[in-house]
Amino acid sequence: MTRRKPALFDPSLLAAAALDALRKLDPRVQWRNPVMFVVYIGSILTTALWAQALAGHGEAPAWFIFNVALWLWFTVLFANLAEALAEGRSKAQAAALRGMKQSVQAKKLANPADRTTVAQVRADELRRGDVVLIEAGDYVPADGEVIAGAASVDESAITGESAPVIRESGGDFSAVTGGTRVLSDWIIVRVTVNPGETFLDRMIAMVESARRQKTPNEIALTILLVALTLVFLLATATLLPYSLYSVAVAKSGTPITITALIALLVCLIPTTIGALLSAIGVAGMSRMLQANVIATSGRAVEAAGDVDVLLLDKTGTITLGNRQAAAFIPAAGVTEEELADASQLASLADETPEGRSIVVLAKQRFQLRERDLAALNAIFVPFSAHTRMSGVNVGARQIRKGAADAIEKQIAAFGQGFPRAVLATVQEVARRGSTPLIVSDGARALGIIELKDIVKGGIRERFGELRRMGIRTIMITGDNPLTAAAIAAEAGVDSFLAEATPEAKLKLIREHQGQGRLVAMTGDGTNDAPALAQADVAVAMNTGTQAAKEAGNMVDLDSNPTKLIEVVETGKQMLMTRGALTTFSIANDIAKYFAIIPAAFVTTYPQLNALNVMHLASPYSAILSAVIFNALIIVFLIPLALKGVRYRALGAASLLRRNLLVYGLGGILVPFAGIKLVDLGLVVTHLV
Amino acid sequence: MNAAAMMLIGVFLGLLLLCVKPVGLYMARVFEGRPGWPLRAGASIERRIYRICGIDPEAGMGWKHYALALLMFNLLGAAAVYALQRLQVWLPLNPQKFANLAADSAFNTAVSFITNTNWQGYSGESAMSYLTQMAGLAVQNFLSAATGIVVAIALIRGLARHSAATIGNFWVDVTRATLYILLPVALLLALVLVSQGVIQNFSAYKDVTTVEARTQTLPMGPIASQESIKELGTNGGGFLNANSAHPYENPNALTNFLEMLAILIIPAGLTYTFGRMVGDTRQGWAVLAAMGILFVALLAITVHSEQQGNPLIAQLGVDQTASASQSGGNMEGKETRFGIAASALFATITTATSCGAVNAMHDSFTPLGGLVPLFQMQLGEVVFGGVGTGIYSMLIFAIVGVFIAGLMIGRTPEYLGKKIEAFEMKMSSIAILVMPFIVLTGTAIAVSVDAGRAGVANPGAHGFSEILYAFSSAGNNNGSAFAGISANTPFYNVALALTMWLGRFWPIVAVLAIAGSLAAKKRIPVSEGTMPTHGVTFVILLIGTVLLVGALTFVPALALGPVVEHLIVWKTP
Repeated sequence: MTRRKPALFDPSLLAAAALDALRKLDPRVQWRNPVMFVVYIGSILTTALWAQALAGHGEAPAWFIFNVALWLWFTVLFANLAEALAEGRSKAQAAALRGMKQSVQAKKLANPADRTTVAQVRADELRRGDVVLIEAGDYVPADGEVIAGAASVDESAITGESAPVIRESGGDFSAVTGGTRVLSDWIIVRVTVNPGETFLDRMIAMVESARRQKTPNEIALTILLVALTLVFLLATATLLPYSLYSVAVAKSGTPITITALIALLVCLIPTTIGALLSAIGVAGMSRMLQANVIATSGRAVEAAGDVDVLLLDKTGTITLGNRQAAAFIPAAGVTEEELADASQLASLADETPEGRSIVVLAKQRFQLRERDLAALNAIFVPFSAHTRMSGVNVGARQIRKGAADAIEKQIAAFGQGFPRAVLATVQEVARRGSTPLIVSDGARALGIIELKDIVKGGIRERFGELRRMGIRTIMITGDNPLTAAAIAAEAGVDSFLAEATPEAKLKLIREHQGQGRLVAMTGDGTNDAPALAQADVAVAMNTGTQAAKEAGNMVDLDSNPTKLIEVVETGKQMLMTRGALTTFSIANDIAKYFAIIPAAFVTTYPQLNALNVMHLASPYSAILSAVIFNALIIVFLIPLALKGVRYRALGAASLLRRNLLVYGLGGILVPFAGIKLVDLGLVVTHLV
Repeated sequence: MNAAAMMLIGVFLGLLLLCVKPVGLYMARVFEGRPGWPLRAGASIERRIYRICGIDPEAGMGWKHYALALLMFNLLGAAAVYALQRLQVWLPLNPQKFANLAADSAFNTAVSFITNTNWQGYSGESAMSYLTQMAGLAVQNFLSAATGIVVAIALIRGLARHSAATIGNFWVDVTRATLYILLPVALLLALVLVSQGVIQNFSAYKDVTTVEARTQTLPMGPIASQESIKELGTNGGGFLNANSAHPYENPNALTNFLEMLAILIIPAGLTYTFGRMVGDTRQGWAVLAAMGILFVALLAITVHSEQQGNPLIAQLGVDQTASASQSGGNMEGKETRFGIAASALFATITTATSCGAVNAMHDSFTPLGGLVPLFQMQLGEVVFGGVGTGIYSMLIFAIVGVFIAGLMIGRTPEYLGKKIEAFEMKMSSIAILVMPFIVLTGTAIAVSVDAGRAGVANPGAHGFSEILYAFSSAGNNNGSAFAGISANTPFYNVALALTMWLGRFWPIVAVLAIAGSLAAKKRIPVSEGTMPTHGVTFVILLIGTVLLVGALTFVPALALGPVVEHLIVWKTP
């Protein structure tokens, strides 16, 4: 799939969108957007009036009606274009996904226990429950669960991550996704979906917005827009009898023309937001996709904006994946360097990240260089589940490192007791959230290596931002409460859940939801599935199990739990864009009144020209300028609709003040300038 | 604005503000079921009423049940008022032997009084018997006011409760509103009015000889008792045709001041009741602030326009400047005992609320001075508004405003912890849409048919204003008139009755639906991400929403009426 972010007005996309915009003139398509449907009807009516004017029975000069009709059609087309552009970007993304759907051959096994007899079948003939063998070099034919074997799989097609991952039976790494490729070894997979229902299929369907339904908030907003449209329909329709009456009693002038009424109506109804509403929704989903998150519904994207509580796994989200050595704390009578030296020796052959970090720390603190174990005649003693420690034997020295109880046993084997002072330090280290690792040399306890969870850089600031946005963060960890509290304090989360079990997580989510809060979480394991299903916004890691992916309503292809924060921001952005454009659209009406009302009635009451505060050239140019401005503003706002209003981590009060000022006050002022400019342009080009 | 006007307005608003908290607190207590010591006596009456009517005061009602009870109650009220008017000649307390009213007029009046509009096509002293006035009209003055209050209380409960299936009991609410709020205050006010010279008797009309040795017939009647609730319940239907301009209804500056205060005291107090019942009084003050700011701004326009006088009269050499011996300004249609400021203030109050009582003829106001009352009604009666209707209509605007603005902070909009979703938007749209719909179409029909044009006395833009005013007044249940239009015709009686009915009950049902839906919702706890609805920003937002919706809807119509009239009057050399 393409990583490239499509340019906003990519020429190839633009051409396709322009064609699509024309195709969308179908009344059945227009009908779905009530606000634009009114404009559509208006365009048809004015076109008919133009035809009538050409025939010599016009209510106004033919050139004027023609121009109004022309720009009304443009208004409709611009709205179509906005939607087509948003969809076009999504379609491009979907096409990239579809490219992954290769027609591959699958090796179907009749008997899962026997992997020698395979039947070659086409991948799309596989049904749920079928068992297939996938060997090195083969594509995974469908989503499934590994039931035997282990293999390294290249999932870059889905995730963009080039390092292969291990997939094996049992546990949390048993899910494989169709379209990925096995690089080495073999696995036997039970297919879990029928053709057309695969993860890839669902992704494509979502992205293509074939099944895009209006989200709850979109529905509520549409109702408001329809109501406003009705009010304006009424306000303009009743103007005709009012005008007729006024002409009759004032005994001067001519009644308002139908063309002017239609122009007024189209200018007043919220066309700006009406034209861009569906584009905003499509663009929201598409922005998620650019962040490599697939939302299974628009509703989920919208809910993300409302999230009040974030449940974040400690490991990988708040802290770096593993603990690192932070300090050497020597026992009484041992120097720190001595301890560091022994620790380094014990860790030289330890390839775990923790082991590497000890070597690094020793080098940093005492410039201890790495030594060659072979030259020292040292024998590496690897970690075993039985002894729960590792180390080296150098000659007679038996250097070990491990948890306190394991080393205590080791020392006891030499007939010695474990020093109380070291034990006290062990407890102290544990209390501050670190993991104590004891180093011993034979019967002697040398001291402690303090392993610390390293909180990710900048995460504290991020949580501060979230707090300002009104979002509480809760850290989820399997650690004991002491350790958890220490890390929670360091990372600056609001709260934590220690010794978390799947039941405790589920309970926590339900508790918050009971108080009316919306909860978001990430998860990857099968045991996360119940909590994911319960959460309002549930981002499953793509590396996670099939169960987790089914339970969540979003899938993060990068499997980066920190992205939950971005997901929330994208949701908020979508809602903000809608609100901003609605406000702008309604605020615009004031200037349009000042343009059109004096122009429409000036023949009856010349005094009304006092309201022509913009000093527009003539009644015709005034009406035309308002209509043209109304159409052009849609085009100018397409980038904003597609990119979204920039989200700032401010409190609600200051954010509201800011946006009210920009889009409310701005919405009142901008059209005064805009309409005047269009009018000047019309005069200069002698169009009026 | 001169010093005297400023002082009057300052003292008036100051006193009103002082009343808001005690009155609001008292009303909150009443509806929470603990009216306190002064009215503990009422408890036994209350119980007896419930026993006689077979009401279980503990039973809560869902919104549909509540709305149905309300509609039935008002339908019965309308039938009673209609019957009294059609039978009054055979009933007691009719010393002038007034005939039964015509069917269309009786229908109009019945609808007018149950809807709290008190549009009067008839002339009280020459058509209605004392019984009709007392048992029909005055009773509905209480009950229609109580109806408005209970709808507001139901909506407030919807906001205050959470995960609840009911919004209160209509019968209990309406009983308490009448028994503990309207009756005692109205009684007190009536006594004060009597002390100032408002009459209260059942005598036949008196013929007196004037100083010019001519005979004049003076109407009599139980006026004080009806006058007090007319203001307090923002009803506005005068016992006499001249309404509060008549000395028997409003004899002096003190009664004028008290009547104005009575009109605003419940609508203003309800904002505090609201804050109190939702558990955050700042919310109530914010709504009051929005109402207050709109009020003062519009009032300033009226007072200024009236004080400026009329340039056409100035051309005739008439002195319109204020001095020690005259109040100056446009005095046409105003009582000299009230002058410019007290008349302009009364006009602003009576149209800001849905009262509609008048102490001056709005028809004779300057174009801009007359535009303000008209525009206030067209805003949907939310600048304080009628008893109950003001606060519930304002809360609907708050919901709409919060919906749009709430989106701008990137959350599903919420008000007082309640999510505003499709159902609320649908019902809010209905509540807000109905009024423009009936006012604009009503006016359109009236200017298009002969029956409608026939009643207009003044030609030109002013005639248009008169028709627009009549429908705006009826559609918003105000009841004041631009006079100058002969509305007691079958066309206007029927058209305006329908306008009043729809303008009243359609929004009420929508509001109750919102109340029910909100009550059932969970309450979202307040966080940093919650849009505050008690600060300056919210007040501005609320004012903006009200003005924008009102202005966008009615600007074209206003442009053809008062606006063009103003331009003509002031541009004419």
